[in-house]
Amino acid sequence: MARWPKPPEGSWTEHYPELGTAPISFEDSVSPEFYELEREAIFKRAWLNVGRVEQLPRKGSYFTKEIEVADTSLVIVHGLDGQIRAFHNMCRHRGNKLMWNDFPREETSGTCRQFTCKYHGWRYDLQGRLNFVQQEGEFFDLDKDATGLAPVHCEVWSGFVFVNLAPEPEQTLTEFLGPMITDLDGYPFDKMTERYVFQGDNHSNWKLFADAFQEYYHVPSLHPQQVPAPVRTGAGFECAHFQLDGPHRLVSTGGARRWTLPPEYMYPIERTTRSGLVGPWESPDIGEPPPGLNPGKIDPWGIDNFQIFPNVEILIYRGWYLMYRYWPTSPGSHRFEGMLCFQPATTVRERIEHEVAAVVFKEFALQDAGMLTGTQTALESAYANKIIEGFPVNDQEVLVRHFHHVVAAWVRDHQRKAAAS
Amino acid sequence: MTALLPAAFAGLEPFAAAWCLPTEAERYAKRLATPMSDIQAFYDAATPRAEAALAHCDAYPLDDLPEDVLHLMHLLYSLVAISFCVEAWSQQRVPDTGAAALDCLIEPVP
Repeated sequence: MARWPKPPEGSWTEHYPELGTAPISFEDSVSPEFYELEREAIFKRAWLNVGRVEQLPRKGSYFTKEIEVADTSLVIVHGLDGQIRAFHNMCRHRGNKLMWNDFPREETSGTCRQFTCKYHGWRYDLQGRLNFVQQEGEFFDLDKDATGLAPVHCEVWSGFVFVNLAPEPEQTLTEFLGPMITDLDGYPFDKMTERYVFQGDNHSNWKLFADAFQEYYHVPSLHPQQVPAPVRTGAGFECAHFQLDGPHRLVSTGGARRWTLPPEYMYPIERTTRSGLVGPWESPDIGEPPPGLNPGKIDPWGIDNFQIFPNVEILIYRGWYLMYRYWPTSPGSHRFEGMLCFQPATTVRERIEHEVAAVVFKEFALQDAGMLTGTQTALESAYANKIIEGFPVNDQEVLVRHFHHVVAAWVRDHQRKAAAS
Repeated sequence: MTALLPAAFAGLEPFAAAWCLPTEAERYAKRLATPMSDIQAFYDAATPRAEAALAHCDAYPLDDLPEDVLHLMHLLYSLVAISFCVEAWSQQRVPDTGAAALDCLIEPVP
């Protein structure tokens, strides 16, 4: 097994001394009180990715986003002037939800020239201005110019549409993302328009699920089926590179690529289709990679796993990428979104390579999803009964340690600012 | 009955009506609802023909597949969808996922 060099301090964790090495608490993932704090301190302050510009291909294209943890639904729209804007999805007349179909809590998308409320027919243009009121003369002192849709800060980075629910964001999106993330500029995200979108309600706190996707320590144990039975060794897995930048995190894997291993390391369906666990064996050339890709200069490089605070993960597999979003719905549940994004297949063979990647993704994501319900259940018991407070977290799990550290820091910072004002 | 698949794949015709399914949701539901013995029979029949089926479909443009070729491609998708049941899990469901689900909301067509 390859041994990757660690920083001079002797470990990745000690390279970032503010993290400490003590056992950590997961009470932040079971406490209803902490969940209430996260609403204000994180989800109403941080930039949140709600989608991609390709979901808004034309002037008038829109989609809605339910953000339960921030108590809101948003409508994101491509304006006639070409600008992308976000608004609270609510009519200013008597508060009806503006854009929805059949089920008000379900997300929707489409194309329109204006927004029309289903209730009394008020209409808004795509910049949110109120431009029609039925029987306007019946109202008292109605200032139409001051009765537009409630706007939400909206910015785009590399085609990813972000919103910020704060009245005045403390940072621009670029400042918030920081250099580790924005150095991915130039990666051809815009070409990867062939998408599979998966969604599932999961019985675990949003952070516990993210934890399972930001360490590989669990892989040999929970996912031994990633290789066929005869070649399972029980050996551990060591990641090649870890990096922190502000609230964001990166882990890179390295080592021999799956398809360069002897054939017995692959399942028959992988050998037939030349695709599998890590996607197509030959994904399209992306040209000169951006400086932010593989910043640890790992060779041979495997995957870059970027954790964008608070609830986004982007996994770059060279010529395609996976993206996860974790939307809290209660202290013990969240809605998981998983997207596989490829350059559009031009042949049947390429389409089937993508299909195999999507199917195998679901097999293993379900393993995590199933198990995390067990984690949530036991952690609730641990803190309800005051059995155990701290849990040991190793150097391969440094991103888990950092994530909970950052969440706590954001909550403390918000409390301090609230107390001062 | 009219054949669903190209003549060269007549041997897979007994599986076509059940497994030529165009969406992930239909294929996954079929996987969960089918006894392992039937999944194994489909796997055993289709796996040795998968290379040839892939080559047959790949001879046509992706955006203009004749109906029988499209059926064959959907049959290949189903083989992919059930392969882990046979090769890894020895059951239809992913083990220990009683409380978990993951629905495919958007997928490429075809």
